[in-house]
Amino acid sequence: MSTTAEAVSTATSPIAVEVEQVSKIYPGGVEALHDMTIQFPKGQLTSLLGPSGCGKTTLLKIIAGLLPLTTGRVTVNGVEVTGPGEERAFVFQDFALMPWASVLRNAAFGLELRGVPKSERNAIAEKYIEAVGLKGYENLYPHELSGGMRQRVGLARALAVDADVLLMDEPFSAVDEQTRRKFQEDLLDVIKEEGKTFIFVTHSIEEAVYVSHSIALLLPRPSRVSEIIRPDIDRSISPDAIRRDPVYLDIVERIWQGLRSYVE
Amino acid sequence: MKIFGIKIPMMASLIFWAILWEIVGQLELSILLPPFSHIIIRLVEIVPTKMFMDAFLVTAQCFLAGIAIAITLGIPIGVLMGRSIVIDRMLLPWVNMFLSAPLTALVPVLMTLFGFGMKTIILTTVLFAIWIIVLDARAGVKNITPSLIDMAKSFQASYWQAFTKVYVWAALPEILAGMRLGCIRAVKGVIIGQLLVSVVGFGRLFELYSSNFLMEHMWALLFVLFFFAFILAEGLGLLERKFEYYAAERH
Ligand SMILES: Nc1ncnc2c1ncn2[C@@H]1O[C@H](COP(=O)(O)OP(=O)(O)OP(=O)(O)O)[C@@H](O)[C@H]1O
Ligand SMILES: [Mg+2]
Repeated sequence: MSTTAEAVSTATSPIAVEVEQVSKIYPGGVEALHDMTIQFPKGQLTSLLGPSGCGKTTLLKIIAGLLPLTTGRVTVNGVEVTGPGEERAFVFQDFALMPWASVLRNAAFGLELRGVPKSERNAIAEKYIEAVGLKGYENLYPHELSGGMRQRVGLARALAVDADVLLMDEPFSAVDEQTRRKFQEDLLDVIKEEGKTFIFVTHSIEEAVYVSHSIALLLPRPSRVSEIIRPDIDRSISPDAIRRDPVYLDIVERIWQGLRSYVE
Repeated sequence: MKIFGIKIPMMASLIFWAILWEIVGQLELSILLPPFSHIIIRLVEIVPTKMFMDAFLVTAQCFLAGIAIAITLGIPIGVLMGRSIVIDRMLLPWVNMFLSAPLTALVPVLMTLFGFGMKTIILTTVLFAIWIIVLDARAGVKNITPSLIDMAKSFQASYWQAFTKVYVWAALPEILAGMRLGCIRAVKGVIIGQLLVSVVGFGRLFELYSSNFLMEHMWALLFVLFFFAFILAEGLGLLERKFEYYAAERH
């Protein structure tokens, strides 16, 4: 848990994404975010957890540069965000694959838009298709894949552009529980190997605790950060052992107690 | 269709109507209705003539030029309308008006502006075809899953890249439907244009046949035109169905 030693280590680890006093008021007058400040350390996975409609997607889209903010400032690697950028990639909840393009072309699409020559981008895409466990499916089309496989393509596409920051909006919500677990395990491998910064929106407390270095609990709209929790779980043990680990179960319970007040 | 347990193809009903036509025609009730067989004989006779071929070529040229213009202008306009509220507000009333307007009445105006030639016919064709193409492309773009647009943006697609690599493809089912309907309207446009201009292509033939009461020729000509219009629409329908698999995928 959030021991002093931990706190010190966060303070010293470099910050990849910094959200400073960001407010967002939608044209209709809905205030989705209010004066939100949060930092995302480099090379770590931070989950955003909070009640439905609290502004998680809004925050993610603002960081992605897909949505203008009303007041405040977002910086990525010290540079202020004014729009989408090469150093960020988005993984969409509904996958956002192009149904007319093969798995390979979909995975290589970010590179295609950047003008990377075909043979080069295909080689890179193939590498990531393999990394997400879809080797052999390169020439299929999205409608021939299951939901879990489609999201893997979405993940491969985001990884292929080699962005520093990956923004994931409930990436596993459209897949079944078994696939989801497998996916979470794979994600842990990807995080370890890639050394990228992940910002991860989820509705599942278990999922957040399982995959995250830190979890930001958000208040209901207009949203601010209520608490940052750092699950200090020994990830060297097997996935099943983690899921039975008392520390893991404790944190899940604590977060549930924290969120419960809003639900009721 | 099945009669007495025997499978009868859809086209069989056409044979029934042809026989009925033949009987009525043989009764010589009206000069307007010559027997079916005479029309077919006449058709075989006039189609290979130079006059017919020339008329056909002119028509085909006008049609292809017209539909090409309608498509190359219509799709980008439709996509722009689908993506930009301002452009949509500005153009939509006009597009809707022209879609339902009696465009035939505009042809005389075009004639005074552009003369009695191919130019007027091509413009008539464009005028008939373009609006439905615009509207369908617009509808297609409005239907694109928002996340696909965000996806293109998040990878910093230029407007041109987004248009050619995402929007047009994502809206393809609707765009193809618009092109098919546009083609059908273009056939009307090219024929009406020629009839009114009446000194070029099939218009001249129609003029010639009708002023000389050559009813068999008239019908033969009509058959040819109907046949081509039908083949065209069916061909485009087939193409459209090839892309249906992902129309259902998008939502
Ligand atoms: N385009 C928009 N225009 C107006 N209001 C919006 C818009 N998008 C979202 N909102 C509002 O902003 C608030 C936050 O929305 P957001 O989608 O960010 O929530 P969320 O935390 O992602 O919710 P969920 O967990 O259900 O996905 C909601 O109350 C929503 O109604
Ligand atoms: Mg959301």
